[in-house]
Amino acid sequence: MMYMAIGVGGIIGALLRFYLGIYIHSWWTDPFPLGTLAANYLGCIALGAFSAWVSAVKSVPVWLQAGISTGVIGSFTTFSTFSIETMELFQNGLNALGCIYILSSLFGGLALAWLGRAIVASRSGIRH
Amino acid sequence: MISASILVAIGGFWGAIARYSVNRWAARTIPSVFPYGTLLVNALGSFLLGYLIGMRAEQRLVLLLGTGFMGSFTTFSTFKAESVQLARTKQWSVFYLYIAISYISGIVLAFAGYALGRQTSA
Repeated sequence: MMYMAIGVGGIIGALLRFYLGIYIHSWWTDPFPLGTLAANYLGCIALGAFSAWVSAVKSVPVWLQAGISTGVIGSFTTFSTFSIETMELFQNGLNALGCIYILSSLFGGLALAWLGRAIVASRSGIRH
Repeated sequence: MISASILVAIGGFWGAIARYSVNRWAARTIPSVFPYGTLLVNALGSFLLGYLIGMRAEQRLVLLLGTGFMGSFTTFSTFKAESVQLARTKQWSVFYLYIAISYISGIVLAFAGYALGRQTSA
């Protein structure tokens, strides 16, 4: 049950990331990898919020928690594509853009993971 | 578009299950506050995706193994959630070490995988 929930979650997460990328790159033509950054940012907020919500309501079945957090959100965000895109920016001599990409992923991701958690935690009255 | 989606979906299914399995294995083998499981999938996935891109794999293989499998096998949200958890519990040395090793290993291994993939295809 656990493996199936995570696998099905993985399908949903991977497809959402794929479609978001296609959509963003239909109007974004700059070499900055906005598609991956957007998926990673959204996933950080979502996982922070979902984890805080789960610990507040305490009644979500474990397989469903894992299916959504490990499966859907875990697969929606990606680190390998981030690494490759950073490499490609440096390979193409776009060093400043490469550094901006690393720093915006590093600090933006942390801030949004914290924010997603803090918003839900403050509403549900749990300590954060 | 439909066949591309099917390839991404198949890769995504197995990538998520593989990440979960590696995480469980790492938690059993090396019990630690340091998130070895996520570091391992992210480092390994960055290397293998670099290899795939370096060897100029055909489009369908990139969709199945790259966008689908490696995209789902590696994760950014869990990496950040674990980092925030380390900060909340004030384990600062682990926090800085985890972030530094993740970014450095990911980018260096992407370069290494790419270089190896270039050699293979040449």
